[in-house]
Amino acid sequence: MEVVIDAHNITKVYNEKSIPVNAVNGVHLHLERGEFTALVGPSGSGKTTLLNIIGGLDHVSEGQVIINGTDITNMSDNKLIDFRLNNIGFVFQSYNLIPVLTAKENVEFVMLLQKKSKAEREKRVLELLREVGLEDKVNIRPSELSGGQQQRVAVARALASKPQFVLADEPTANLDSKSASNLLDIMARLNKEENMTFIFSTHDQRVIDKARRVITLVDGKVASDEKR
Amino acid sequence: MIAIVAWRNIWRHKIRSLVVILSITVGLWAGVFMIAFSWGMYKQYIRETVDTQLSHLQLHHPGFEDDREVKYLLANNLSMMDDIRKDDRVKAATARTVSTGMISSPTTASGVTINGIFPEEENNVTKLASRIVAGKYLDSAGRSPVLIGKKLAVKLKVNLKNKIILTFQDTTGEIVAGAFRVAGIYQSKNTTLDEMNVYVRSSDLSQLLKVENAVHEIAILLKDDSNVDGVKEKLKEKFPDVAIKTWKELAPELELVINSFNEYMYIFVGIILLALTFGIINTMLMAVLERVREIGMLMAIGMSRVRIFFMIMLETIYLALVGGPLGLLIGYFSVKWTGSAGINISMYSEGLAAWGFSSIVYPELDSSYYLPLTLMTVFTAVLSAIYPAIRALRLKPAEAIRKI
Repeated sequence: MEVVIDAHNITKVYNEKSIPVNAVNGVHLHLERGEFTALVGPSGSGKTTLLNIIGGLDHVSEGQVIINGTDITNMSDNKLIDFRLNNIGFVFQSYNLIPVLTAKENVEFVMLLQKKSKAEREKRVLELLREVGLEDKVNIRPSELSGGQQQRVAVARALASKPQFVLADEPTANLDSKSASNLLDIMARLNKEENMTFIFSTHDQRVIDKARRVITLVDGKVASDEKR
Repeated sequence: MIAIVAWRNIWRHKIRSLVVILSITVGLWAGVFMIAFSWGMYKQYIRETVDTQLSHLQLHHPGFEDDREVKYLLANNLSMMDDIRKDDRVKAATARTVSTGMISSPTTASGVTINGIFPEEENNVTKLASRIVAGKYLDSAGRSPVLIGKKLAVKLKVNLKNKIILTFQDTTGEIVAGAFRVAGIYQSKNTTLDEMNVYVRSSDLSQLLKVENAVHEIAILLKDDSNVDGVKEKLKEKFPDVAIKTWKELAPELELVINSFNEYMYIFVGIILLALTFGIINTMLMAVLERVREIGMLMAIGMSRVRIFFMIMLETIYLALVGGPLGLLIGYFSVKWTGSAGINISMYSEGLAAWGFSSIVYPELDSSYYLPLTLMTVFTAVLSAIYPAIRALRLKPAEAIRKI
C-alpha cells in the first residue's frame, strides 16, 4: 500500500523557554492511502497538535514528518502553504467557510489558488457539490445554509484540490445527530469510492464507530492503535 | 476571485465601511473646496491687483525705482506712449506723475501718494471711474479737482467739494503746496490703498512740480496675460535706459502666492489625508482582528501570505476608490457651482478689504489638480493598509483557526 503519512518520533514542546509542556511526545504515525482513521483521546491529549503537525500547520520540536514522500519537517512557512494547497484538505470544527462567497465559490476558491482552468473548476466544483448532496445550493452563501450543509461544503472544498488526504478536526462537534450522520456517510462513501484518506480528531462516538482505524492518544503519546 | 472576496468583504460591515467612505469623501471634498476657495480668492486678488493697480507692465526711470524722487522723470514719454500703443498686444496704456507728500484737511493730515493722471487713459487702464462712490470722476473741467479714497475722506473728515492741501517736494527739492477740492470719493476693494492714494490731473501736478508734462510712470495693460514677457522684451529693446517691470516683479508677493500654491495645496490635502490615515488604519485593523480565524483558515487551505496581503490592501483601496472619486466629484461640482454663483462673505468684508480681497469669492481649481489628488488618496489608503495587512501576515494558522 502507498504510504501517505510517515511521521517518526513526533515531539512538540510548547513554552520551551519557560515552563515546557509536552503536547506530543515521541509519536510514530504511519498512514496508508485509503485509511479512515480516528484520532481520539481526552482533551489535552495532543490530538489537535498532532493533526496540526501532520497538516503542516505547525512545526515539530523533534522528529520527522514525511507526507507522500516529501519531508516537510523543516519546510519554510511559505513553502508549507503551497504544500498544503496541493496535498492536504482541511475540514474544521466551525466549518470556516468564506462567508462572502457562495457554496460554489467556496469550493472553487481552492482551485483558483491552484490556478486551475475555468472549465476544470466548473466541472469539479459541481461534481463535488453533487457528491455532498448540495447541487441545489450552489449559489447560496454560508449564512443561508444549515450547519450540516456548511460542513458538507467544507468537505467539498477540502476535496477540491485533489489532496493526498483530508484532515478533519472535530468535524461533527457542532452538528446535530442527523447532520453528523449524513456527513459521516458522505465521507465514508468518498473514502470507499474514491479511496480518499481521512483522518479525524474526534470525541464523537459515531465517528469512532465508522472509523476503520482508531488511534488513542493519552498525554501526548499513542496509548493504542486499533485497526478494524 | 480575490478581488471579488475583497470587494464583498468591505460590505460585510456596511455601516463601518460607509463611515470610512464618507470620511474620505467629506475629507477630500473639503480639501478640494478649500483649495479652490483659496485659489479663487487669490486669483481674484491678483486679477484685481493687475487690472486696477499695477497693470501688466510699468516703466520708470531707473532712479525712481530706488528713491521715488520726483526728479526721476521719464524723458520722451510722449513718443514712448506712441510706440507702446502701436503694439497690437497692448490693450491700454497711461502715463502718471507720481509724488509722495501730505494731504491736510482742517482737522488732520496724512501721508499719501499723489497720482497725477490723464483721466481718460487712466480709466482705460485701471477703471478708476467705476470706483467712484460719491461725486464725479476727474475731467478737464473745474479747478484742481482731487479724488480721494473713502477711508481717507473719513479720516480727514472731508466731503465732496471740501478743500484739502497737498504738500510735496518739487523737482528742485523745494516744498510746494497746492489747494485741491474734493471732486470725487472712490472706494476700491483694498481700503489700505484707498487711504494712501489720491488722484489729481497730471497737468495740475506737473504745474506744481514746475515741469511741463512730468511723467514718472507708464502703466500698460495687455490684452492677454501670457504676453507680458514678450512685450517686456520688445520694450526693453526699444527703451534700454528705462526700467521695465512686470506685475510679478512689482509685487513679488503675488508671484510667491502663485508659485507656492501647489505646496500649500499638497500640505493642506496632506493634513486631511493624514487624519484619514488613522481612520482607515483603525477600520482595517478591526477588519483584520475580527477575521483572525478566517485568515487562519485561508492560510491553512493554502492561500499565500502575498495573496492575503494583497486582499487586505485591495479592501482598503476599494474603500478609497469609492470615497475618493466621490469626494472629488462632489468637490468638482461644488466648485463649479460656487465658481459661477460666487460665495458672499461680506460679513468679513471690512477685514478682507483691508487686505485687498473681494467679499464675493468665486472658487476655482484647475482640472489638472484632480488626478494628483486622486493618486494621493489611493496612496494614503495603500499606506494605511500596510500595518493591518502586516498584522494579518503575522498570524499563525494553527493558532488563528482556534481564535473565537
